[in-house]
Amino acid sequence: MLSYATRRVLMLIPVLFGMSLIVFSIIRLIPGDPAQTILGTKATQEAIQSLHHALGLDKPWFVQYVSYLKDLLTGDFGTSIRTNAPISQEIWPHLAATMELSFVAMIIAIFFGINAGIISAWKQNSIFDFTAMVIALIGVSMPVFWLGLLEQWGFSLELHWLPSIGRDNIRNAVNPITHFFLIDTLLQGRFDQFWVVIKHLILPSVALATIPMAIIARMTRSSMLEVMRSDYIRTARAKGQRMFWIVYKHSLKNAFIPILTVIGLQTGLLLGGAILTETIFGWPGIGRYVYNAIQYRDYPVIQSGILVIAFFFVMINLIVDILYAVFDPRIKYR
Amino acid sequence: MLETATNKPPVDPQIEEEKSTPLFSEVWKSFRKNKLALIGALIVIFLILLAFTASFFAPEGINEQKLSMRLQPPSADHWFGTDDFGRDILSRVMYGARISLRVGFIAVMGSIIIGTLLGILAGYYGKVVDMIISRIFDILLAFPSILLAIAIVAILGPSLRNALIAIAIVNVPNFGRLIRSKVLSLKEEEYVVAAKSIGMKDSRILFHHILPNSLAPIIVQGTLSIATAILEAAALGFLGMGAQAPEPEWGRMLSDSREYIQDAPWTVIFPGVAIMLTVLGFNLLGDGLRDALDPRMKH
Repeated sequence: MLSYATRRVLMLIPVLFGMSLIVFSIIRLIPGDPAQTILGTKATQEAIQSLHHALGLDKPWFVQYVSYLKDLLTGDFGTSIRTNAPISQEIWPHLAATMELSFVAMIIAIFFGINAGIISAWKQNSIFDFTAMVIALIGVSMPVFWLGLLEQWGFSLELHWLPSIGRDNIRNAVNPITHFFLIDTLLQGRFDQFWVVIKHLILPSVALATIPMAIIARMTRSSMLEVMRSDYIRTARAKGQRMFWIVYKHSLKNAFIPILTVIGLQTGLLLGGAILTETIFGWPGIGRYVYNAIQYRDYPVIQSGILVIAFFFVMINLIVDILYAVFDPRIKYR
Repeated sequence: MLETATNKPPVDPQIEEEKSTPLFSEVWKSFRKNKLALIGALIVIFLILLAFTASFFAPEGINEQKLSMRLQPPSADHWFGTDDFGRDILSRVMYGARISLRVGFIAVMGSIIIGTLLGILAGYYGKVVDMIISRIFDILLAFPSILLAIAIVAILGPSLRNALIAIAIVNVPNFGRLIRSKVLSLKEEEYVVAAKSIGMKDSRILFHHILPNSLAPIIVQGTLSIATAILEAAALGFLGMGAQAPEPEWGRMLSDSREYIQDAPWTVIFPGVAIMLTVLGFNLLGDGLRDALDPRMKH
């Protein structure tokens, strides 16, 4: 097990180097003069020269790359052109906001996705099965940004049930400690704010959860159907065991590996979906941080944001791969 | 050599008949039993027709503005209502089908061509070539696809053409990996080993034997990728990184209309339905083709 995990981690090294090289190249591959593109056509020659120097563009690219890697390893992501603040300081609150949103979205997707899949398989060809699978089919094809807009319109602008943008109430803002607002409000015993944070989380997390929920439901159904046809399930039924236990204990355990695969893949993909959801719901996460940086051509922020998201994406995939080997020992021998 | 090739041994007529049964009819037989796949095919055919006939059937031009008619709800004159410039939304949605299908098809064709080429090189020649190409695929797959597309557009600048290039690049590793694994298994097949042993050129083996036998998964993956490509193009358009105003790209239409959602929800509903139906159509068609062409791919 340990050698499999070590091998898998070692395989990550060239990938991480490649990622850093791609992200490093973003600013250098801009057609024409990157400093001119960032500052606009009205910029003075001095301003352009000074940005050249600040970004290190006046040195050979290899020297630039080595110093970029050195900075990264010491946790220095550079300085934002727009705010002039160190990106490593700015990025954490955004990252925490995205992690909180993604975590809640994944909980929703896993809970509803797995249960819908199980009940669909259990009551195969029933009205529930048909309805759940039609909804899942539509869910898979749903553009997350459109669903987000419809949610805002229905539940916020028309019904006034839930807030449409932000993470908390601006007039009664959460005092950040960890920047995970659900945790911060509980730590401070502010249950009123906790409830406000939950209300802010519902619409964006449901939008973000839709696609993974649909995919998890479809995979759970097909995986469960396969297992429920096997001999040991028939034996369990013949012994007169309660169907609930057969489904949730015996079948789910053996149907879980393909479901886990999908959950892992979808958790990573959530980070990509977050950029759209955060833009719609004004969620101050890392996706919106990158989006705003693009609007202001703040390339150091674009680079760091993309690198951080990709790093988490790769790490989630690594954890999922190692978890497979834990759940299915055959995998590590392949 | 020519003589040997033309002197065919006599063939058992029954075997000949079985062999000549075209693959297409078998695939069609299995495909038409699948109702969802048929619905998908119908949606796709309808969209293609819509795209081709937009200039004949669209009630108005793409950018025909009537400010006196701005934000009109759906009516007999304007089935899908009008937007903030008084433009007919139905017409723009119809023209939008052209853009989305074009982006979907061209981007995916680009990914297929580059991915197939790299996949074949990696799988057939192995060793260092395989190592380099496979690592490039790993690195590209290390980014969430929409994020990599955003990074590429950030370099090239926001436009529909650049969004298309970005989407094509992002999907290359999916096809590359698929073809690589197919080539790896096919190159051990007896007929490929035999072709090698009689001194057949690598290019002939690759393009006449290995590639035709890899077509089924490419078709399936290609159809499903069109759905993803259309969704990604719409997402980039929505973020202002793809099509630019006044192009009637569906994602762009959504982002341009979002501020009117409360007063004129139809401006947001119809472009969204169009994206969803198109993606649904290609997903259903792709799933159906997978079941018919290569049932093993299901899991």
